[in-house]
Amino acid sequence: MRLDLKKKEERFFIVLMIISALLIMSFLGFILGTILYKGLPALNLDMITKLPGGGFYLGKEGGVLNAIAGSLMITVGSVIISAVFSVPLVMYINFYLRKGSFFSNAIRFSFDILFGVPSIVYGAFGFALMVYLGLKASLLGGIISVSLLIMPVMMRSFDEVAKLLPHNLPEALLSLGSTKYEMIKVLLRQLMPALITAVLLSVGRGIGDAATVLFTSGYTDNIPTALGQPAATLPLSIFFQLGSPVEEVQNRAYASAVILTVIILVLSFISRYFSAKYSKNKI
Amino acid sequence: MKQFRIIINKFVRQTMLGIAVLSLLLLVVIGLTLLVKALPVIKEHSLWALLTDSSWKPFKGDFGFLPFVLSTLHVSIIAIIIALPVSLLTAIYLNTFASKTIRHFFEPAIDLLSGIPPVIYGVWGTLTIVPFIADTLAPHFVDYSSGYSVLAGGITLSVMIIPLLISVLIELFRSVPDEIIHASLSLGATKWQTVKKVILRKSFPGIIAAVVLAVSRAFGETIAVLMVCGNMAIIPKSIFDACYPLPALIANNYGEMLSMPNYESALMLGALLLFMIIVFFNGISRLTLYHIEKRFQM
Repeated sequence: MRLDLKKKEERFFIVLMIISALLIMSFLGFILGTILYKGLPALNLDMITKLPGGGFYLGKEGGVLNAIAGSLMITVGSVIISAVFSVPLVMYINFYLRKGSFFSNAIRFSFDILFGVPSIVYGAFGFALMVYLGLKASLLGGIISVSLLIMPVMMRSFDEVAKLLPHNLPEALLSLGSTKYEMIKVLLRQLMPALITAVLLSVGRGIGDAATVLFTSGYTDNIPTALGQPAATLPLSIFFQLGSPVEEVQNRAYASAVILTVIILVLSFISRYFSAKYSKNKI
Repeated sequence: MKQFRIIINKFVRQTMLGIAVLSLLLLVVIGLTLLVKALPVIKEHSLWALLTDSSWKPFKGDFGFLPFVLSTLHVSIIAIIIALPVSLLTAIYLNTFASKTIRHFFEPAIDLLSGIPPVIYGVWGTLTIVPFIADTLAPHFVDYSSGYSVLAGGITLSVMIIPLLISVLIELFRSVPDEIIHASLSLGATKWQTVKKVILRKSFPGIIAAVVLAVSRAFGETIAVLMVCGNMAIIPKSIFDACYPLPALIANNYGEMLSMPNYESALMLGALLLFMIIVFFNGISRLTLYHIEKRFQM
């Protein structure tokens, strides 16, 4: 059968499209595969249960527990801070302000821009702020800077869903005589899966970022016990170990990369689960 | 009891208003803080001189930003040249041609790709792209390349901006009204002709906005570029030369910057430049995207 020129053209481009879609998938496989291939052989239980030992940076025993703990502390702290600000903010622009009001549009716009601001700028800003406040590179400094970094992520992702909540629910609550604050409490329960997804997304962003904490949280071989102490982070520990000329240390960098990748994968699966659950309950 | 409820309600409203106002000020505060920090070096040399000077010798007080600005530009342009065609084709495919099953398979993958931390991209780049360029690609063109180069940075960045591009583009294509697509199809156009003559044409300003958004993402990327670009403060002559993008410069010198006069200020100027460029381009492209969304909704 003879095909028209336009049909041929369409076929040609469909093939091109499938090729590029497959290319992107294979990039994902390639990246994960490379990390796992290089990192898995060097991965052992010591890596995640031990602090760096005496000759750790020369290839002797020890693990990166300091970095894992530091990353977790910074991420948990900054997620809490950023939730304290972004949850009321999202509630305010969606349920207090008129739909499409100038104020709410301005806030959304500014957060869209903040979302694009690179992490190194947040790091530099956090550093300047700490110099101003007289703080040293510490857990606290890291928490402040990372919370600035992830606030736009959390706010935008939560807002996306809050925007879609049907307006008859708030109206029903108000008509039953609840105050706006009581209404917000009920709505928050309704929006909980979306909030969890937003939190997980920002945990992923926070735990994986290196440029922000480079200036602000310092680096240490111990687990910080106070907010004023420096804290190691997983991405930085990968970065520093990779810079070492010793092969064992480099291999440990790959193993640490596997740990970070697994954390990200798990987070992503959990957040998929919650967003699937949410779309099932959608009114 | 009734009074208490009302008081709480008022208190919560005021607090929320306060947070909202604060959040609006955040951009201004970041910009002003960086500006104050950068002022000493701007006062000493003029801003124009700093941007056009290519000599970077902090020990002598020479702070020329030209190599870094050019490196950032080169790397970002290579990244978008590689990423745009692939992302555009994939976004069209997922929006128009792919079945629901395929889409459900792809969406998590793209989410995952955007969730992978920059440092992992950096590790991947040093393990695969850098040796590939040094051993296989570069010998065909130049005498010697370490592999840590403009091209390595561009390729790594291109993979990093693909997820952003695809998600913005899909959103964009989705907002094209169904009526005009159906009208085109009912006149006998193939799906591809409809894509070419209707969807792409209708969303052209949006595609430009998406590209600007992706380029500014590439501009600010730090750790991954730091790991694959080679970090030499020279103006790269070919894509196989090492380069030193602005974010990498800031990140690499954080330790020593307090010991030299004006060094910290110069690095803060670097951060300020990045901030201003990105706020400007992001602002324009976001406004364009809002505008398109609004126009199609009516």
